[in-house]
Amino acid sequence: MAVFEVKDLRKSFAGKEVLKGISFSVEEGEVVAVIGPSGGGKTTLLRCINQLERIDGGNISVNGMDMIAAVEDGKAVYADKETLRKITLSIGLVFQNYNLFPHFTVRRNITEALVRVLKMPKDAANARAHELLKKMGLADKAEAYPCELSGGQQQRVAIARAMALEPKILFFDEPTSALDPQLTAEILKVIRQLAAEKRTLVIVTHEIGFAAAVADRVIMLDEGVIIANGTPDEVIHNPTNPRVKEFLSKLDE
Amino acid sequence: MSFSTVTLKLLDGFWQNCYLFLFTLLAALPLGLLITAGSMSKFAPLKYITKAFVWVIRGTPLMLQLFVVLYVPGLVFNTPFHSRMTAALIAFIINYAAYFSEIYRGGIESIPKGQYEAGKVLGMTKSQVFFRIILKQVVKRIIPPIGNEVITLVKDTSLARVIAVPEILKQAEDFSKNGAIWPLFYTGVFFLVFCGGLTLLFGYIEKKLDYYKG
Repeated sequence: MAVFEVKDLRKSFAGKEVLKGISFSVEEGEVVAVIGPSGGGKTTLLRCINQLERIDGGNISVNGMDMIAAVEDGKAVYADKETLRKITLSIGLVFQNYNLFPHFTVRRNITEALVRVLKMPKDAANARAHELLKKMGLADKAEAYPCELSGGQQQRVAIARAMALEPKILFFDEPTSALDPQLTAEILKVIRQLAAEKRTLVIVTHEIGFAAAVADRVIMLDEGVIIANGTPDEVIHNPTNPRVKEFLSKLDE
Repeated sequence: MSFSTVTLKLLDGFWQNCYLFLFTLLAALPLGLLITAGSMSKFAPLKYITKAFVWVIRGTPLMLQLFVVLYVPGLVFNTPFHSRMTAALIAFIINYAAYFSEIYRGGIESIPKGQYEAGKVLGMTKSQVFFRIILKQVVKRIIPPIGNEVITLVKDTSLARVIAVPEILKQAEDFSKNGAIWPLFYTGVFFLVFCGGLTLLFGYIEKKLDYYKG
């Protein structure tokens, strides 16, 4: 069964349709890369999934829970608060520019939601933070503040923070686009490691080579529609759709 | 007229300034936050009424506001103020709350949207995000402009003299009427010392909050 499903998702900004009926699903343990030109709707899609934007139509379901309860007069009616809360907690999001809390230590960045949202005892939260930081190679940075870390380290903290809530599925919004090549490699290594652990990941990325290497499936989004959805071999190495070909050839220049 | 007589009399007056300063701050700092809530409200009527209020308060002289607060209750409701200090306090509190509210608003709006979003995707409630994530960062950002206002307030308290609150400048003027001008100049020392202390205090607070950047 698909752990995550998007059905006919529609979203407009000021009358301009940005997502024109997006449908796809993600199986448990699957790694999906979402690629495509800027302005194609990738970030908006992620923002809709994470309830940072209200969707106009369609549905999103996570672990069998529907985000949209009904559609009335062409407008999506969201599910009750408790369901939305459960959905929020089932999804993790890693932002392009990290969005760490600058006034908290690295440890507190990770424990804050555990303590305040999951009501976990402080000791247990600290233990989990420590474990995650160790995994991210940042065990010695627990008491540092985000401003003392490099961009790559900050992004690793952000990944640890998102993983702390043990989401069923983890989304990445262009996690390396603010980083230089060396730090990019650092983050891609972490994501590879998560993929190897059979975690369910959806990665919006411009790193086509990485997408081809790590993803089980590649989705290409252009002008608000999915124009390709298949294995990296089908989408990246042997594209048939002319628009996919054009996009990939531009990247090679 | 000995130096010590003058000093004691001026201290008497300066006590009025300190009283006005302290209670204005205690009331105006929280009241400002309430006004900010109004001016940032999504409920349009409340938002525009609050903005108009802030416009009036910031757009007219504090001296005029002192007169209005002192005289209007007597003229309109026939219940004049018995205490001029109370009238001065009310005018000062309203005036400074309006200024503080704009500083708060600026501070809140300067926090990147991503901070709210990060809190939201972690499942925090709106109030958790505001009080634990946003407000704590706002405090650091607004300390310098608040420090500015607080220091201005110290000196503004002497405006209460226009409605005959017996503050320090009033006391000094009484001496000058008897031919001694120097006590008037001497009052500057009181303000300088007080503001010097505040400058050190705010420097200390800024330093305390300097444990992170951003």
